[in-house]
Amino acid sequence: MAGNRLIKVDNLYKEFPIHKGFLDQLVIEKGRFVRKHESVKALSGVKLEVLKGESLCVVGESGCGKSTLARVVMGLIRPTQGEVLYQDQRIDNMGFNELLPYRKKMQMIFQNPYASLNPRMTVRQTLEEPISFHNPRLSEAEVNERVVGVTESVGVDPAWSDRYPHEFSGGQRQRISIARALAVDPEFIVADEPISALDVSIQAQVLNLLMNAREQRALTYLFITHDLAVVEHFGSRVAVMYLGTLCELAPTKKLFATPRHPYTQALLSAIPKLNQSSSDYIKLKGEVPTPVNLPSGCVFHGRCVHANERCKQEIPELKTYNDISVACHAVEEKRI
Amino acid sequence: MVAAKWNQFLDSGFYHDFSRDKTAIISFFILCVYVVFCFSAPLIAPFDPYDPTGIDIMDSEIPPVWLEGGDSRFLLGTDAQGRDLLSTILYGTRISMTIGICAVLLQAFLGISIGLIAGYRGGRIDNFLMRIADIQLSFSTLMVAIIFLAVFQALFGTELYERLAILMLILVIGVAEWPQYARTVRASVLAEKKKEYVDAVRVIGLRAPRIMFRHILPNTLSPILVISTVQVANAIVSEAALSFLGLGMPVTKPSLGSLINSGFEFIFSGSWWITIIPGIVLVILVLVMNLLGDFLRDVLNPKLYKN
Repeated sequence: MAGNRLIKVDNLYKEFPIHKGFLDQLVIEKGRFVRKHESVKALSGVKLEVLKGESLCVVGESGCGKSTLARVVMGLIRPTQGEVLYQDQRIDNMGFNELLPYRKKMQMIFQNPYASLNPRMTVRQTLEEPISFHNPRLSEAEVNERVVGVTESVGVDPAWSDRYPHEFSGGQRQRISIARALAVDPEFIVADEPISALDVSIQAQVLNLLMNAREQRALTYLFITHDLAVVEHFGSRVAVMYLGTLCELAPTKKLFATPRHPYTQALLSAIPKLNQSSSDYIKLKGEVPTPVNLPSGCVFHGRCVHANERCKQEIPELKTYNDISVACHAVEEKRI
Repeated sequence: MVAAKWNQFLDSGFYHDFSRDKTAIISFFILCVYVVFCFSAPLIAPFDPYDPTGIDIMDSEIPPVWLEGGDSRFLLGTDAQGRDLLSTILYGTRISMTIGICAVLLQAFLGISIGLIAGYRGGRIDNFLMRIADIQLSFSTLMVAIIFLAVFQALFGTELYERLAILMLILVIGVAEWPQYARTVRASVLAEKKKEYVDAVRVIGLRAPRIMFRHILPNTLSPILVISTVQVANAIVSEAALSFLGLGMPVTKPSLGSLINSGFEFIFSGSWWITIIPGIVLVILVLVMNLLGDFLRDVLNPKLYKN
């Protein structure tokens, strides 16, 4: 198992301070000045492994920390606490030069194809940059050859490569940004909601493109999404997140057949189905709590029908049962 | 290649807007006339105002040709020292524009570098640099320039100052106004660096300077272009004001400002042209540049589409 592991995320915490300046932090409380450190807890203790060759989908509602997880794994932001390991090598605290070889192996695809391409650079310039940066010895002709190869592989005509991004449609731009990620021949790709900004018909095309690339190039994906239909189609394993914590991690088929965690159950019951009566929905009470003041114990306990005293006090750990991992006291105690 | 670029430019929305805006066309035309005339001054000027042997004191204060007592040799008359006013204005405009453009280049260099670093790095560096900018802005340009130039003249004497006048003016005006650029650039950088294309190049592994100059800077060029036109006009006005106060260009090498100043003493004795004509030349130059700046601001900001 360990030899098969590509990425390991261990006990990851990320907090974003709300009040940055000293003056912002000062508040008057009961007639005295108090310095207040408030922060948004985007990730609280996420443990996760990505196996070689798999597509691990991360699902969850807006604000649950999916994108923060992707950014921490890519090294775009530093975690407050915890480790990110790439093939047993810790990468989250590396310096710029040490990290360079890993930059070549890990690439990222972004959500918004209208913002992820530099509007002042042609497609060719955008694609040449990563290739010539990571392979400084290549001649101009060889770089060009690679650009043509990678544009063709994502289904964009290389004859268009002297055009600017605004001359392309959303789907074509997303293909170009996939091409940029593939240009350095990575083995691991983090895709942060790569199709949620596209039309439904285009979504299928881009998804197929990503799946073809996975087969041809033996890629590993960390796929962030909130579209459960995409997860069922694309993922080999699914991680469900809620309020910065991991609730459940299971192979796709098992998760969709028998969700274990109460939140996963509620999430899956919300998928609209034909001939379904409204009583089949699991209705959660209340709203998602604020990530500034996290609830004590299990973050889900305020909305969970199975919650008891222990859930209010003790944070549940992610426990593995065969190949399913669940963080829930009720499942552990076999109450559900 | 050049022809293709030119055709592309003719097709662009920029040219389309330009060809419909009469004010912009006229302003641009006048600015072109200014540039051509003043930079070819040594070729077209009838006299060389820097050559003392060509000046005859007996020719002083001759009015322009269309007035009574005008001399056909001196189209716009002569100043108090007998220099041909037309030639002096041509040479003076050249000095004014050189100082304006070079000072703005210096401002732009300082301001863009500082603004990029402040905006991209953020945090303490940003706070520090922007507070320096605030301090710099709290002194007015003229005050800084007057103090600096006066101290320099007192320390090193007028003779050395007269030799270095152009350089000193460029330095003082350039250094005094960089916060304008720094603030504008920083604001655009803050907006740009949140976009995903910056994250994408960070994932590729490019270093910060390359990201700042190759990726973010080109996307902040339109506001830079707009303030540049206005700043050149401002720098020319500052230079004229300093020269008028006697701290700018010496009388032997007059800019428009020192020319206005030198004529000021004679305005009540009837020789109004020595002050008024260079004054009109200066006002038109500054007005034209401000109008072009307004036009650029309208065109480059898609949110301000006119009708």
